[in-house]
Amino acid sequence: MMLQNLQTTLSSGMLLLQVSQLKKSFRSPNGDLHTVVDVPAFALDEKVQVALSGESGSGKTTFLHLIAGILKPDSGLITLAGQEMSALSEPARDRLRATTIGYIFQTFNLLQGYTCLENVLLGMSFGPGVDRAFALSLLERVGLANKLKHYPRQLSTGQQQRVAVARALANRPKLVLADEPTGNLDHKNAREAIALIREACRENGAALLLVSHDRDVLAQFETVQGLEKINRSLLENAN
Amino acid sequence: MTLPLVVWKSLRQHALSTTVTALSIALAGGLLMSVWVVKEQSQATFTGVNAGFDAVLGARGSKLQLVLNAIFHLEASPGNLAWSDYLDIKKNPNVDIALPIAVGDNYLGYRLVGTLPELFDKVEYAPGKHYAVVPGGNFFDPTRREAVVGSFVAQKLHLKPGDTFHPFHGLIFNEKDQHSETYVVVGVMEPSNTPADRVIWIPLAGIQKMSGHNPDAATDVSAVLVKLKAGGGGAGFRMDMMYNKQGNRLTFAWPIGQVMAELFNKIGWFDKILALVSYLVALVAAASILASIYNSMNERRREIAILRALGARRHTIFGAILLEAAAISALGMLVGFIFYAVIMNGAASVIRAQTGVVLDPFRFNPVMLWAPALLIGLGALAGIVPAMKAYRTDVAEHLVPMS
Repeated sequence: MMLQNLQTTLSSGMLLLQVSQLKKSFRSPNGDLHTVVDVPAFALDEKVQVALSGESGSGKTTFLHLIAGILKPDSGLITLAGQEMSALSEPARDRLRATTIGYIFQTFNLLQGYTCLENVLLGMSFGPGVDRAFALSLLERVGLANKLKHYPRQLSTGQQQRVAVARALANRPKLVLADEPTGNLDHKNAREAIALIREACRENGAALLLVSHDRDVLAQFETVQGLEKINRSLLENAN
Repeated sequence: MTLPLVVWKSLRQHALSTTVTALSIALAGGLLMSVWVVKEQSQATFTGVNAGFDAVLGARGSKLQLVLNAIFHLEASPGNLAWSDYLDIKKNPNVDIALPIAVGDNYLGYRLVGTLPELFDKVEYAPGKHYAVVPGGNFFDPTRREAVVGSFVAQKLHLKPGDTFHPFHGLIFNEKDQHSETYVVVGVMEPSNTPADRVIWIPLAGIQKMSGHNPDAATDVSAVLVKLKAGGGGAGFRMDMMYNKQGNRLTFAWPIGQVMAELFNKIGWFDKILALVSYLVALVAAASILASIYNSMNERRREIAILRALGARRHTIFGAILLEAAAISALGMLVGFIFYAVIMNGAASVIRAQTGVVLDPFRFNPVMLWAPALLIGLGALAGIVPAMKAYRTDVAEHLVPMS
């Protein structure tokens, strides 16, 4: 019964992401095995936008890294765009990530030696291919048409965030993962950033899975799931 | 475009270490190519230079000393031989040209060589090439105190037709040993790129009868330069037997190229040491590439993790680091050619000043292809260790922060 309650399905249309019996543990410095992610079920439809709420240490980033194929699960299945991730080799997972997923990090993770445009183009080069016109249109869309040759250090924090948004959408992904994307922004910029991310995803037909602990951010979403409800490891730790 | 862009950006971001390591590769490459070219060209040139002669006849002694003295105008003469010895070999039916020379004096350190006008009339110092004087000058009159100055000497001492000078006794300049005779420069030789450029030619009798020289040796000569008639190889062998094996008074140095080749065989170890030093410098330079990239890996790991998160594969990252190491070597080799030109110009100037032999730094040598290939390969090889470290970068660990 408990398992049934924990299983979360945000599905009403075409299924994009399906997670089942997903587990990931890390060994703590004292040698104990510490389960960080234990998600019996999670699903996401194409083009939907969902926010996951969770405090620090709730396994948010690990969960997103697992979905992106950056981390390999100890067990369980992740099916993304019809492909079962655990069955794929690492290069194939890299390829799937490059073509299907856009990732927005809390610290933006822009490459400091690259201009705004180059950051976006580089993101494209690992995916289906470089489309300079689309890169330019994305940067124009996020309001940085006049900052193409600026380096990240020459931009404000909010502007850097917008470059990260453009880069995440560069390969026309089906899913955008956003990990505390407003963590480094003030209140006003955070609201604008979330609005921009949501609009941009909608315009590009990408689903959005955002994790945050910020109530203001979460309040902007129609669908918000508490991570403590889908990640069974949090319940076990609490008990 | 991905790999070249990633490599270019990384080189720019690490401009200082890129420059320093590229310069060390440049030094190694320049040194390696210079050592190789000096070795090959000097060997080829010294064993190929014979001033148009096949052999040298001189006093009993070392063949090498005889050749160095008579052909390259280096070393002291091993002794004199009598005028009759010159006449004997001149009469040999297998001898085309026999040209006596006499040495023993200098002018400001440049050797005076006495000889006969046949040097200018008959001798071809290279196939089809005769010694020539710069327009406005003449060859000397053997009956007068006249001098024809080699092009290098004329350039160094600013001598020109009409100038006069007093020779000095001995082969090493000592201002106290000035002879009283006055010689007039009547011509400056066109450059021949042979040792003849480094001497002052005067009539044979001028040396023989110079004041202060032993009157008893007034008809002696220092050596006889011998050109055999075409197809005279057999004659050379017979003369070798006659003078060197059966006789014990004179030395017949034949063939000249082989005598010089023996010299290079004797000093071959020196070339090997120089080459070894170059290889060691190359190894140290490659190690510096390894160290500089490896040491920067900690700061690069976040960037590598970002690239991987964007979809870059492990082998793309591995390739980027290898390519970066190879690119540093390639950049170094571009500068290495400048180092090579500088080192070679210096070496060629010294060799020309000391021997008259001219090296051509810009003549193609296969080392100009294989040395860059070797160093670029070595650089790429040095990149393997940091590339492996990059390959193994844990993406999640370096995409901070985790929550």
